[in-house]
Amino acid sequence: MNASALLLQLMQNVLVLLAAPLLLGWINQCRAWLQNRSGAGVLQPYRNLIKLFHKDAVLAFGASPLFRITPYILLACMWLAAALVPVLATDLPLSPAVDVIALVGIFALARVFISLAAMDIGTAFGSLGARREMLVGFLAEPALLMVLFTASTISQSTSLITIVETLAHKQFVLYPSMTFAAVAFVMVLLAENARIPVDNPSTHLELTMIHEAMILEYSARHLALVEWAGALKLLAYMAIGIALFIPYGIAEAGNWNALPLAIVLLTLKLLLAGAGLAFIETISAKMRIFRVPEFMGTAFLLAVLGLLTHFLLET
Amino acid sequence: MHAWLPEAHPAAPSPVSALMSGIMLKTAIYGILRVSFDLLGTQIWWWGVIALALGLVTALFGVIFAAVQVDMKRLLAYSSIENIGIILVGIGLTIIFHTSDKAALAALALTASLYHSINHAFMKGLLFLGTGSILHATGERHLGKLGGLIHKMPNLAWIMLVGTLALAGLPPLNGFVSEWLMLQAFLLSPGLPQAYINMLVPIAAAALVLVAALAGFMMVKFYGVIFLGQPRDARIGVVHDAGLWERIGMLCMVVGCIALGIFPTFVILHLDFVTEILVHDSLGKSAVQSGWSMLTPIAAERASYSPLILLFIIVTGVVLTMLVVKKFYHGRLRRGATWDCGYPEQSARMQDTAEGFGQPIRQIFEWFMGVVRKMPTPFDLHPHYHAEVHDRLWDLFYVPIKRANEMIGQQIGKLQHGRIHIYLLYSFITLLALLAFVE
Repeated sequence: MNASALLLQLMQNVLVLLAAPLLLGWINQCRAWLQNRSGAGVLQPYRNLIKLFHKDAVLAFGASPLFRITPYILLACMWLAAALVPVLATDLPLSPAVDVIALVGIFALARVFISLAAMDIGTAFGSLGARREMLVGFLAEPALLMVLFTASTISQSTSLITIVETLAHKQFVLYPSMTFAAVAFVMVLLAENARIPVDNPSTHLELTMIHEAMILEYSARHLALVEWAGALKLLAYMAIGIALFIPYGIAEAGNWNALPLAIVLLTLKLLLAGAGLAFIETISAKMRIFRVPEFMGTAFLLAVLGLLTHFLLET
Repeated sequence: MHAWLPEAHPAAPSPVSALMSGIMLKTAIYGILRVSFDLLGTQIWWWGVIALALGLVTALFGVIFAAVQVDMKRLLAYSSIENIGIILVGIGLTIIFHTSDKAALAALALTASLYHSINHAFMKGLLFLGTGSILHATGERHLGKLGGLIHKMPNLAWIMLVGTLALAGLPPLNGFVSEWLMLQAFLLSPGLPQAYINMLVPIAAAALVLVAALAGFMMVKFYGVIFLGQPRDARIGVVHDAGLWERIGMLCMVVGCIALGIFPTFVILHLDFVTEILVHDSLGKSAVQSGWSMLTPIAAERASYSPLILLFIIVTGVVLTMLVVKKFYHGRLRRGATWDCGYPEQSARMQDTAEGFGQPIRQIFEWFMGVVRKMPTPFDLHPHYHAEVHDRLWDLFYVPIKRANEMIGQQIGKLQHGRIHIYLLYSFITLLALLAFVE
């Protein structure tokens, strides 16, 4: 571990934390454009966060300490996840501590904490949200791991750095296995980040809400931290997607000259991915909660197909 | 052959349940290991496949039924079935690798199994002791009547939170380490001589992940319904926290759970002599090659996991965020009534009960378990909804055996009349038959 790598890790840590709301703003802006609205501008999430941080916090009478500490744990988990995915350079000193399986574990840890916090006050909406979140979670987790297994069987490793290095060195051809995996991954991303068609991020009073139902009782700084963690989670998922499916242009270990180009390319990839997400959300309608198992089952089957294709065609 | 377990645990006192689950169930694992490796010498690879399949079915069965239980000790008993299934999966994988002459991988899979056995003893012991304290304080085993205990029993609630997270298989606690090792063993399986196994093994890994994810669901239900929310029964209002000695006992388990989670390399070094005896290879030398804080089963560039660094980063993140928020934020906070989207009328009965929280599982896996529903008619003035979950294995396996047993018994019973001359006739016929046989 050398000083320059450490500097890079610090840079990525700060960058993801600050850029996460921007990505959310960009997606909302794209969605507004696609729906013929003028939109609130890409900086709106920052304004929301500042507004929330200035408000007085209101805590329900029955709230326990678990309820108050959860936003901090959530933010720390998502920050860790977003900071460890190699998207700029493959020389992240902290990345070996967490491989893809542990990364999924961290997402699960955050999910369990937010679900417990939702059940803490004991409202009808809170426990409804927690139940549904865990439902989506246990359906999405195997699909996500199958996608990651496909990548790690190709690269013979579960370490994120090795996976990205192997995939970035492959020539630019369409692998059938990775194509299946990519479709499955997009479906998991939609479900895990509470996007349409599984959940609607901009709803506040719907009987079908999942994520919003869990965080109804949060206000002010706690809500700001939860929202920020949500933005970081979306960024982390997009970073995983970029690292797995379009890692081209990433700076190799020690190659500092490639870094500016890598930053430009990453920005472009994120902008494109965000626009794509907004497009998917615009053309699809929200589905009933009991169609979600079918949706996630399809994602799981696609991921399994990807893995089988790899064994049958690519070895 | 699980059916006795969910019946036995609720009947036993909690410390006995803890011992039963932690140690007694492992004697079967010990037996399987000794018989399959020492006595039989494991020559045939499909034994491993059978063990793997049986283990997966057991684990899935256990966790699905655990998720719909309403009695907290039955829930934990089904969860024990799940964990024994996971251990059996590891043993099956060990046999497959062992017969394919992949000693290093066999050692990895066996270490994962043994590690999970130790983990399970600690975390399930902790949870059973905790349920004992709850039972002692409230006199209630039924999840649907508990709730809000985090306010009445705060010490117990934080202790149990560790056990809950560990059993849900979350990093950086111990349940995750053994699951991680097992998934690594699965992922390294390509390269086996049997091509079909190569393809089936990753799918078995996916089933294992499904089990782990369902365990998360189940543990959120367990903890959320018992400790969080509002009390569902008025009698819960006057309870006392766990006593000092109870807490000391459980804290030992908590320390075990955390230490097993944070320092896996030391544990693996101590497991080495077992794997050395059974599969003639060990994981210890490769596991510590990148230092004691980094767990690397085969090679550093293939896979590595460091729970200590993970915990350090998360704690740093939490503390840093708290400090920054404290510095730049005015910190004003007031208590108010629950908002709940502005609905004014709220009662404790509006929360999810244990049945309610398990409802998605019941809906999705309805074909798997026998669900009996009684729906009220629209004209019923006092509607009552009732749903009951049955273990189908009772009907499909145990009840036929019991019936056959009874039938045979009745047939044999016809021989007995209580008259001495008929018994003499039996002796005479037996004597003739024996004479004919000897001739």
